[in-house]
Amino acid sequence: MERPGWAPQGIDLSVPSVSRIYDYYLGGSHNFEVDREAGRRAIRAFPGMPRIMQANRAFMRRAVRYAAGRGVTQFLDIGSGIPTFGSVHEVAQEADPECRVVYVDHDPVAVAHSRAVLEGNERAGVLSADLRKPAEILRSAEVGGLLDLERPVALLLVAVLHFVPDEDDPWALVAELRDALAPGSLLVLTHAATAAGQAKPEEGEKVKEVQHVYRTIGSPLCTRDHADVARFFDGFTMVEPGLVPIPLWRPGPGDAAGEGPAADDPVLAAGFAGVAGVGRRP
Amino acid sequence: MTGTRHGRTLRGRAEPLPFAVPRSDDAAVQEERLRRFAALWSRAVHPATSAPLSRTEFEQYLLPLAARLRDALHARPFDPAPGAEVGAELVRGHCTDPEALPLILGAVDAYLVLYCPPDDGVPADESRARCTRLQHSLAAGFARELRERTLAEQEAISRAALAAQAETEQALHTSEARFRAVFEGAAIGVGIADVQGNITDVNDALVRMFGSLDAPVAGRNVGELVHPDDAPEVWGLYAELVRGDRDHYRVEKPYYRGDGSVLWTDLTVSLLRDAAGRPQYQLAMMEDITERRLLHERLRHQATHDDLTGLPNRTLFFERLGSTLEPGSPHGHFGLCYLDLDGFKAVNDSLGHAVGDQLLVAVAERLRGCATAPHELVARLGGDEFVALTTGPRAQRDVTALAHRMLTALADPVRLDGRDLSVRASIGIVAGRAGEADAAEVLRSADITMYRAKAAGGNRYEVADADSDARAIARHDLTNCLPGALENGEFFIEYQPLVRLADGTVRGAEALVRWLHPVHGVLGPDQFIPLAESTGLIVPLGRWVLEEAARQARAWRSDGRCRVPLRVNVNLSPSQLRYPALVAETVAVLDNAGLDPSALCLEVTESALIGADEDQLRPLRQLADLGVDIALDDFGTGYSNLAYLRRLPVSTLKLDRSFTRGMQCVPADPVDVKIVEGIVSLAHTLDLSVTVEGVETGTQADRLRILGCETGQGWYYARPGPPERLHTLSLADAASCPRH
Repeated sequence: MERPGWAPQGIDLSVPSVSRIYDYYLGGSHNFEVDREAGRRAIRAFPGMPRIMQANRAFMRRAVRYAAGRGVTQFLDIGSGIPTFGSVHEVAQEADPECRVVYVDHDPVAVAHSRAVLEGNERAGVLSADLRKPAEILRSAEVGGLLDLERPVALLLVAVLHFVPDEDDPWALVAELRDALAPGSLLVLTHAATAAGQAKPEEGEKVKEVQHVYRTIGSPLCTRDHADVARFFDGFTMVEPGLVPIPLWRPGPGDAAGEGPAADDPVLAAGFAGVAGVGRRP
Repeated sequence: MTGTRHGRTLRGRAEPLPFAVPRSDDAAVQEERLRRFAALWSRAVHPATSAPLSRTEFEQYLLPLAARLRDALHARPFDPAPGAEVGAELVRGHCTDPEALPLILGAVDAYLVLYCPPDDGVPADESRARCTRLQHSLAAGFARELRERTLAEQEAISRAALAAQAETEQALHTSEARFRAVFEGAAIGVGIADVQGNITDVNDALVRMFGSLDAPVAGRNVGELVHPDDAPEVWGLYAELVRGDRDHYRVEKPYYRGDGSVLWTDLTVSLLRDAAGRPQYQLAMMEDITERRLLHERLRHQATHDDLTGLPNRTLFFERLGSTLEPGSPHGHFGLCYLDLDGFKAVNDSLGHAVGDQLLVAVAERLRGCATAPHELVARLGGDEFVALTTGPRAQRDVTALAHRMLTALADPVRLDGRDLSVRASIGIVAGRAGEADAAEVLRSADITMYRAKAAGGNRYEVADADSDARAIARHDLTNCLPGALENGEFFIEYQPLVRLADGTVRGAEALVRWLHPVHGVLGPDQFIPLAESTGLIVPLGRWVLEEAARQARAWRSDGRCRVPLRVNVNLSPSQLRYPALVAETVAVLDNAGLDPSALCLEVTESALIGADEDQLRPLRQLADLGVDIALDDFGTGYSNLAYLRRLPVSTLKLDRSFTRGMQCVPADPVDVKIVEGIVSLAHTLDLSVTVEGVETGTQADRLRILGCETGQGWYYARPGPPERLHTLSLADAASCPRH
C-alpha cells in the first residue's frame, strides 16, 4: 500500500539520543556521530561528565547488590538505556541467578539493542514504554510475565527523572508506581541535583551549558534541589545513609570517601552532579 | 604438544608453572609480590578506566592478568603472546579509554620486573628485554581488542537501530492499515487537505456524498467549496485553523454536489500539526445531514407557513418583523402593508367557505407575485388579512409602490366556478426605522390605517400618520365600546318630524339613533353606524331602534290629543336587509307594540338596493305586502336608474337635500327646479309619493309644495328632538295651520 504523505515519521537517527550519549560517556561505542558530538559538547562544558556517569553506574551496581543481599530479586529498571558492562541483570544474576529483571525505555533503539543482548535470557526482558505512563508499564505483558508484584521489587529510576519536567508531575508518576509495589520493595534513584550555596558561579554556568545541550536534542535536563528529589521518596523509608552525593552512598572497600578517585573529585563530593538514595516501602 | 596444552591450561588458571619456579618456601613470598604488583598496577590504571568497579574490585580483576605477565616473563622459552591476551582482557574489563594504555604500560614497565623477577637463569638485561616485548605485545592486543570491540558495538547498535526502525515501520504500517480501514470503510466522509487547502485524500463515503464523478473532490482546493448558504463565520474559522490559531471547528456547511444539488453536512475540521507544532494538515470529517435538514426545514416550513395559501404565516412574519425592528438591525428601514379584503365576509356568507377559501388562495397567489425580492415578504395573518414587509434603505419609498402593486394585482376579477369575483382590498401602510417601535405597535398602526382606508371607501391604501392614527384609534375604541354600549343603554332615539307640505301638519317622524358615549358625548349615526355595520352589531342595534320606534309610535297613537295617527320612519342598513330573520322580527316587533304595519315606514338607501336581485328584494316585498311603507332614502345620490324603480317594492322616494338646496334662495336655481319637477313627475307616474329632506326655509317649502312634493323634513320645521316635542309640534300645527 502506498504510504500517504501525511503519515508521521519513523525513527530519526539524525537526532542524538540520551541513551547513546550515556553510552558514549561510559566509553562505549553503541553510539553514532550525532550522539558523540552532543556528548563532546557536554564534556567540553563539563569535563566531569563521564565521571558522573561512572559514579551512577557504580552506585547502581552497589544498590543492586544491596537489594539482592536483602532478598529482593525482582528488578524494574525504568530508563535503562543501552545495556553495557555491568548492567542490572549481570550484577543481579551474578549475585543470585534467580533474579528477574525488566528493562523499560522509550528509546526504540535502546530497546532493540537490549532485546538483542537479552536474547536467550529467560529471566530478563525489555519493554518499550514511557515513564510518563506508569499504568502501561505496570499492565504490560513483560512486567506481568517476569515480575510478581505481590512480592518486593526493586524499582530503579537511575538518572531518568531529571528528564521529566515539572509539568508532567514526576512525583505523581513515582507515587503511582510506588502504590503498585508490595511492602519491602525498594526505590533506587539518582537525580541531577543542585545544591544551593555550594555551587560556585562558574559551575552554575557549566550546568547551564550542559542543560543547553540536552535542550537542543529535545530532552531538557531538569536539575532539582535536594528537597525536591527527597519528595520522590514520599511513602518510603530511607535506607542509610539517606539521600547523598552519588559516590557517598555505601562506598565499597577501595572507593570509600576520601580514599578513592571519585571522592577526590570536588564536583562529585559537593553533590553538585547528582544525588543518590534508596528507600524501602514499609 | 601435550606439554603446550598442559601449560596453557595451567596458565589459564594463573598458577605458577612448577618447572618455572620450583615449589619452595618462596612460593608464598612470590604470591605476595604478585599481589603487590597488581595493587600498584590497579592504583595506576583505575582512574582511567570506565569500569564501574571499585579500585579493590579492579585489583581483583587485574590479579590473574598480572600472574599471566609474570609467568610469561619467567617462561622458557620466552613467548610474548600472553601480553596480547592481557591487553585484550583489559579492554574486556572496560579499560577502553586510550588514555589508559600509557598508564597500563607504565606500571608494567616500572613494577613487573621489580616485583616479579625471573630466577637467576635469566640475566637482568634479558629480563628487561622480555618485559619490553611483553609491553609491545600487550599494546597490540589492547589495540586489536579495542578495534574488535568498537566494531562489534557499532554493528550491534546499527543492528538495533535497523531493528527499531523496522519495528517502528511495522507499527506505523499496522496503524496505517488500521487507519486506512477506518478511512475507507467509514460511513462518514473523511477528507485530508494541506494548510494551503489542497485536498490530497478523500474516502469513498465522501465521494459518494458529493456524488461527483465528473467533478472529483480530491485535487480541488478547500477554498473553492464555497456555497451561498455558508454560515457567515465559516471561512473565518477556516482561516484561524490553517493559521494554527484554532485546532478544531464544527459547523453545518452546505456544498454543491456534482449535479449541482445541495449537500448539507455536519462538518468537523481538525488541525494536524507536525512534531514542532506547525500546522501541517487539516482533517475534515463530515456527515450527510441533507435529509435531516430537509425534514427539519419541512417541519419549520409547516410551522411558519399557512396551510391554505402556502404563504408565510403569522409566526414567520412576526419573527421577521421582530428582527427587522430590533435596535441596531442591519435592515435599518422598513415598510409594512396591512391588507384586508373589502367585503370578504359577504363572499363567505353568500358563496360559502369553500369559495371563500379559493378566493383567498387566488389572492395569495397574486400577492406573492408582488413581493419577490429577498428583502420582501408577504404573509397571511389569518382570515382575509395579509401583510407585506419590505426592508432596506429604500423601504419607505418602496412600500407605497408595493401597496400599489398589490392593489393592481387584485384589480382583475378572480374567476371561480365560472363566476367572476371582483376583489377589493384596503391597505394600511406603516413605514419607519428599526428601533422606533415594537412589532405590536407597528401592526396596530397598520391595522388602524387599513381601517381608515376602508372607511374612505376601500380599494385603496392609506399611509399611517400620527393625526390619522389618533382619529382612527378613537374610532377603533368606539368599535370596541359598541357592544357594551347597547347593553349599557347608551343609545337613545331622537325624532325629526315629517310634515305634510300641503297643510303643514305633522304626519309622523323619522327615528334617528344617537349614542351618548360616556367620554365623547352624543355621537351621530354617521360616527358609529358604519362601525356597527362592520362589526355586525347593526343587527341587534337595528332591532332595538325598531322596537323603540314602534313603541313610541304606539304611544303617540294612544295619546288622544293627536288628531292624526302619527307614523314612524326607521332606517334599515344594508346589512339588516341581508339579515334572514328581518321579516319575522319586524312582524314580531309590530305585534308586540300593537302597531299597525301601515304606521311604519322603513327607509332603505338607494345604494343598498342597486344591483339587488329578486331574492335580495324579497324581504322588502314581503314587508310591503304586509302594509309596511318602504322609502327609498337618499334618492339621487346613487345610481338612480329610474327604470329600475318600477321593480322595487317602494312607495316613497326621499329626495336628497342636494337637489333642493338651490331652492332655498331667491330666485331659485332653474335647473334644480326642473330636475325636481321631473323626479316628482316620474314618481307620481310610478305611484310613489315624494318626501324632501333638508327643508330649511319657508320659500323652499312653498316651492316644493307647488312642485307637488308630498312631505317635507328639515330644520324649517324642527330639528331632531325627544319624542315629547312631537306632541308640541303636532299641537302647534293644529293651532297655527288651519286646514286649507
